[in-house]
Amino acid sequence: MNRIEERLALLKQAGKTAFIPFLMAGDPDFASSEEIVFLLDRSGADIIEYGVPFSDPVGDGPVIQQAAQRALRGGASMKEVLESVRRIRTRSSVPLMLFSYLNPILAYGIEAFARDAAEAGVDGVLCVDLPPDEAAEYKRLLDAAGICTIFLAAPTTTEVRLKLIGEQSSGFVYYISRLGVTGERAILEKDLERAVTRVKKLTGKPVCVGFGISTPEQAAAVASMADGVVIGSALVRLIHEQSARPGGIDAIKVWADNMSRAIHEKH
Amino acid sequence: MLARRMGKTRVIAETGAGQHGVATATAAAALGLECDVYMGSEDMEWQQLNVFRMRLLGARVIPVDTGSRTLKDAINEALRDWVTNVRHTHYVLGTVHGPHPFPMICRDFQSVIGREARAQILEREKRLPDMLLACVGGGSNAIGLFYAFLADAQVRMVGVEAGGKGLVPGMHAARFAGGSRGMLHGAMSYVLQNEDGQIGSTHSVSAGLDYASVGPEHAWLHDIGRVEYTCASDEEALKAFELCSRLEGIIPALESAHAIAEVIKRAPGMDPNAILLVNLSGRGDKDVQQAMRFLPEYR
Repeated sequence: MNRIEERLALLKQAGKTAFIPFLMAGDPDFASSEEIVFLLDRSGADIIEYGVPFSDPVGDGPVIQQAAQRALRGGASMKEVLESVRRIRTRSSVPLMLFSYLNPILAYGIEAFARDAAEAGVDGVLCVDLPPDEAAEYKRLLDAAGICTIFLAAPTTTEVRLKLIGEQSSGFVYYISRLGVTGERAILEKDLERAVTRVKKLTGKPVCVGFGISTPEQAAAVASMADGVVIGSALVRLIHEQSARPGGIDAIKVWADNMSRAIHEKH
Repeated sequence: MLARRMGKTRVIAETGAGQHGVATATAAAALGLECDVYMGSEDMEWQQLNVFRMRLLGARVIPVDTGSRTLKDAINEALRDWVTNVRHTHYVLGTVHGPHPFPMICRDFQSVIGREARAQILEREKRLPDMLLACVGGGSNAIGLFYAFLADAQVRMVGVEAGGKGLVPGMHAARFAGGSRGMLHGAMSYVLQNEDGQIGSTHSVSAGLDYASVGPEHAWLHDIGRVEYTCASDEEALKAFELCSRLEGIIPALESAHAIAEVIKRAPGMDPNAILLVNLSGRGDKDVQQAMRFLPEYR
């Protein structure tokens, strides 16, 4: 069984929700990213969402855009991201998914990507700008490699489309808690619980919620209604602020412990 | 009117040279819609007249400071706005690019150019032209002209991209000459990119052609061999800009001057009775400020 599916199944049995932190691979450099992945694993992260930097990330807000730019300036590429995953796998078996735009995958070659990603130890891929109705070849190749294909659903997604997303997704469906790009927001969308219930029902898959969740309070609230909570920009910002400071890694650990506790205990 | 029909109260647009922004701002003013236009801050510097026009028409012009600060980045920002505000906002995408059905919407509106041109040339010359020429950035004016003639097998078609300062990465926007298959802004097409799939930087003297990808229908027309694609350099375009102004009394847009440059290259080798139909897709008064930098002899 795939590590993502296995972890979500275990959590479901225990009545718990997955803590899914996002970080940009290679920001500020790969050694730091890998160190932070190990730290997140120790803090109880259930799935690591590892961002593949892209020059034109139209789904991302400024925090993640700038992180991608920093990683690219450092020379990051898909090849290096996969090498990084390979290094992570020598020390950790934490479930790990890539968050990527389609073009770096296309440039790598979908077939070669599926093969090399599986071999490196990637468990899932969320390709942000690949619509589920154009994904036949991609899904076939990733399925064959044993990698989960995770697709996005939004508050405006219709019933018909949610069913399609459910069919094309494995592992879980990633629900965008509110319209827009990635980034921290002060308040959660109203009616989130009803929306998540609808997505669960129509897709028939576990539903993890992301976009705009930044505080432990928000995370705990979302944890009570979803199968997983994704936290991206808040962590990416923290990594940027702390990584150059002496002892910065400890601040990231404190953050991760707090977030993990809030999500797992749901308060 | 599409926005109205969908019950949306706000329109947004991206613009390179500013023409599409002015057009959107004009329509929004006439229909009483709120209007925001994203424009690369580098483009804003060189197109101050159009920025003024848009503001005068009641639009807000939002400078885009990310990336190369040109058209591609303006589209990025417009897409981000659109996914955030889609409930009440319609994105008036200014070229035959972007996610489906945007390329189709834009093509169908632009195809008026070709339908009228075809009817007019048949009326005046009693025959079809031998060759159509148009500049290709995203490629809306070119598709607009070509579309009505696609079934006329005897009509050759040439799309002219921006050759910039030369076909070296970062110095041009000739996607067919220097690009490869890729996906940008929701469309699969020819894209200027590095081997890792990161989008390359581009350059052209004309803001409207300065874009790393090309409309997907052009990619199709290229691959089936129906349309030939070539490019004109900055220098050739400026020469054509000058010649057209001098000989015809028409100051063409720097974008359209790329198509004229191709006419200058091809016409001498063709039958004197051949009809070449070139799309003068934009006017050059918006470009005089930019052209003055390169043509100091007229100052």
